[in-house]
Amino acid sequence: MDLLYNAVFRPETYSPLIQVLIILAKALVVVGVLMLHVTYATYFERKSIGHMQVRLGPMRVGPHGLLQPIADFIKLFFKEDIIPASADKPIFFIAPAISIFAGMTAISVIPFFSGFVVANINIGLLFIFAMSSLNAYGVVLAGWASNSKYSFLGGLRSSAQVISYEIAMGLSLVGVMMMAGSLNLSEIVRAQQRFPGGFFWPQALGFFVFMVAAFAETNRTPFDLPEAESELVAGYFTEYSGMRFALFYVAEYIGMIVMSLVGITCFLGGWNGPFAIPYLPFAWLFIKLYLFIFFFYWVRATLPRYRYDQLMALGWKLLIPLALLNIIGTGLVKMLLKG
Amino acid sequence: MNPYLFGYLGAAILALSALSLTRKNPVHAVLYMIVMFFHLAVLYLGLGAEFLAAVQIIVYAGAILVLFLFVIMVLNIKEEMEGERFSGGWPFGIAIASGLFLLVVLITGNIVPGQQGPYTPGVIAAQTNTKLVGTLLYTQYIFPFEIASLILLVAVVGAIVLAKKKLR
Repeated sequence: MDLLYNAVFRPETYSPLIQVLIILAKALVVVGVLMLHVTYATYFERKSIGHMQVRLGPMRVGPHGLLQPIADFIKLFFKEDIIPASADKPIFFIAPAISIFAGMTAISVIPFFSGFVVANINIGLLFIFAMSSLNAYGVVLAGWASNSKYSFLGGLRSSAQVISYEIAMGLSLVGVMMMAGSLNLSEIVRAQQRFPGGFFWPQALGFFVFMVAAFAETNRTPFDLPEAESELVAGYFTEYSGMRFALFYVAEYIGMIVMSLVGITCFLGGWNGPFAIPYLPFAWLFIKLYLFIFFFYWVRATLPRYRYDQLMALGWKLLIPLALLNIIGTGLVKMLLKG
Repeated sequence: MNPYLFGYLGAAILALSALSLTRKNPVHAVLYMIVMFFHLAVLYLGLGAEFLAAVQIIVYAGAILVLFLFVIMVLNIKEEMEGERFSGGWPFGIAIASGLFLLVVLITGNIVPGQQGPYTPGVIAAQTNTKLVGTLLYTQYIFPFEIASLILLVAVVGAIVLAKKKLR
């Protein structure tokens, strides 16, 4: 038990080689838990949207359709992999990989509970921005490399959308950085312990901007224009099939989980909760994560898709000015409180 | 910084730049450039400038090159790939570049290392790189910082004027 405790919380007491092994083990645990969550996030989405639309959702495979994600996976795995004849093959192959790696790498800086981070780096928040901007390449390149009009339009839409909303998202988190005085995500969580409810109340404006931008960054309804199925078939991944299609599908859910985790860590107090749950230090983080993911589904079942000019106007004319206002307000209050 | 790491990064940056210059397909050229920028970010990390490394990826790889791709994708790639990669004057360009390189090689022997300032790696590690950069930018270097922001503002106004079809 002592050995395990030391390995998780004080890896610096070991030799460098063992430290590397500990980091690898931590990364494997996180990836395993993440993939399990992605698998069942698809089931959760189909079930909750089903019930919101007064139907049952998947019911056939296993009790209440519980084995449906596994059946889906097996089906996708054995499906024929079709590559368009005039596609740019190398880029067509690496595009889904870029998407999925960018999402997974971002998870590595998220603290799951006090002291448990795969990579505890000082620029954690900036690292997440960097990885989420990399995510755009997967989508854009997939759209271009498929050499199909639908894919191409999806890719173009996505690149413009992601660049616009990245600015709003970065600015919305500046208020959090100012209040915490750090970019390290564990430090940000610790700074929130003094506030009941974390930075949610003092940074309510920032949180609003962050949430809207998070929906746009992950291409979720009401901003799912890059994959709008009624106009573009499936947008940037129209030409993908089989396992490569599954990779994009997984990347979308990983993106959603990353955005939720960033929101929880920066605004809702991370692993802290109203009371400590014994033996499960990560329980609050996961409870919040499930609520966030449910919120993504709830919005999808409620709101219709935005028009493209509305999307751009919302991003540039409302969210960015609001985020700037939030920064000025936070700075003023901080100065006043300092005396 | 570990000399082996530096050697790898230097070689990789040179090779990737050369690849990016010689590709006929502009999208492939941009992709090699992205990988090059990542190596550059690792170089910054090795020098203890973690903030610079993150900004390098966010600004260059994340924003500017996506805009590059955006423009290149709308070009007719087939037409681009028909023509020659370099225009006629390239031997002349190479001559000038190698002359400059020779100059740099000759100079590097005579470089005298400057005096060590107050910001040693230890100080930077204690205060974190990001905090130090911020403090210095807003105190000691506030004037150049303001000039830079003014220049950017002019560029923003210029872009809006160009994009707007008719000005009232």
